[in-house]
Amino acid sequence: MAVGKEIKEQISSVQSTQKITSAMEKVAVSKMRRAQQRMEQSRPYADKIRDVIGHLANATSEYRHRYLQDRDVKRVGYIVVSSDRGLCGGLNNNMFKRLAQQAGEWKEKGVEVDYCAIGSKASLFFNSFGGNVVASQSHLGDAPELASLIGAVKVMLEAFDEGKIDRLYIIYNRFVNTMTQSPEAVQLLPLKAQKDEELKGHWDYIYEPDAKEILEGLLVRYVESQVYQGVVENNACEQAARMLAMKNATDNAGNMITELNLLYNKARQAAITQEISEIVSGAAAV
Amino acid sequence: MAMTVHCDIVSAEENLFSGLVERVIAAGALGDLGVEPGHAALLTPLKPGPVRIVKQGGEEEIVYVSGGYLEVQPNSVSILADTAVRANDIDEAAALEAKKHAEQAMENQGADFDYSRAMSQLAEAAAQLRTIQQIREKLGKH
Repeated sequence: MAVGKEIKEQISSVQSTQKITSAMEKVAVSKMRRAQQRMEQSRPYADKIRDVIGHLANATSEYRHRYLQDRDVKRVGYIVVSSDRGLCGGLNNNMFKRLAQQAGEWKEKGVEVDYCAIGSKASLFFNSFGGNVVASQSHLGDAPELASLIGAVKVMLEAFDEGKIDRLYIIYNRFVNTMTQSPEAVQLLPLKAQKDEELKGHWDYIYEPDAKEILEGLLVRYVESQVYQGVVENNACEQAARMLAMKNATDNAGNMITELNLLYNKARQAAITQEISEIVSGAAAV
Repeated sequence: MAMTVHCDIVSAEENLFSGLVERVIAAGALGDLGVEPGHAALLTPLKPGPVRIVKQGGEEEIVYVSGGYLEVQPNSVSILADTAVRANDIDEAAALEAKKHAEQAMENQGADFDYSRAMSQLAEAAAQLRTIQQIREKLGKH
């Protein structure tokens, strides 16, 4: 029967799309779980370092490290963490919107902004948005390694050391839960001083070899670990957002198939009715 | 039973060890050192190498770290392990790489174009072409 051939074709094409989206959803679910795990595993390190730095900063109060000192803001740096792949809803766009808004605010104050783009979506964004991108890094994969971030972070840290930028921020998507991800900008440098309540015991470390050197190394590692944390968290967000987007796509495809089936059945019925009425009227004429 | 102290070995990527230990032996920047419960508070960088842990009960475990920091507090020992071998020149090379990457991305704006945008433009053009063909066929028939 020739009736509804186009509709049939359309149905099968929607069905194959649905298969793909539902497979992507399942992949995203399992990847999200692993990404979440990774996110939790990297937390103790950052917490520990923060404790040690807090202690060191208090213990060596005569020596103020440049990462701990506030200075006048003439230029700021942003480390922008995005995903490498698309099809994850409005995740990246929401973040870029937030970034554009903040960049606008800085511009109003006469402050210029440098960017460090992590993830290929960020590089693409800066191609159209403009802005001074000083470092970029992409294709980190599903299990990002800290080692691959060192270079990009070092560029920003050097810029801070040389006084090219006076503040360093990181902007990424924070993983609230599987349904919610919110873009967030966090100040990395200068480190906001923490009030240390624990220092009542009055004990100090034995330093081998030197407190300054240790503080220097720890501060760099702290910033790196924060950036890594951002990347891992953004990765978990990406998978969660993709899961949601693909779930919606699968549902929509299901609705479309139901509608098309209805349309197909109606067309078929109409064709049969027409055929019968033609036969009947033919018979009546004879 | 021997005295024990809580020990954590953490890296930025994962938790390598956590538990009670009788002794930790690591390669400090100024030489190997062993830490037992009751050690004075200490902070030192570590050289790349194995960290030997004697767990509660005498069982030994070896964790390899590629550098990091050892911190001893009155009631805990923690090792902040690096995940990669760190050296100034290696870091420098990585930084240069990242800079080059950014410059290339900016330079190649024309050549390395936005695939997703190109794809959507292509799809649009193809759709227009199809429509035109359909219109032509219709006109030809009538």
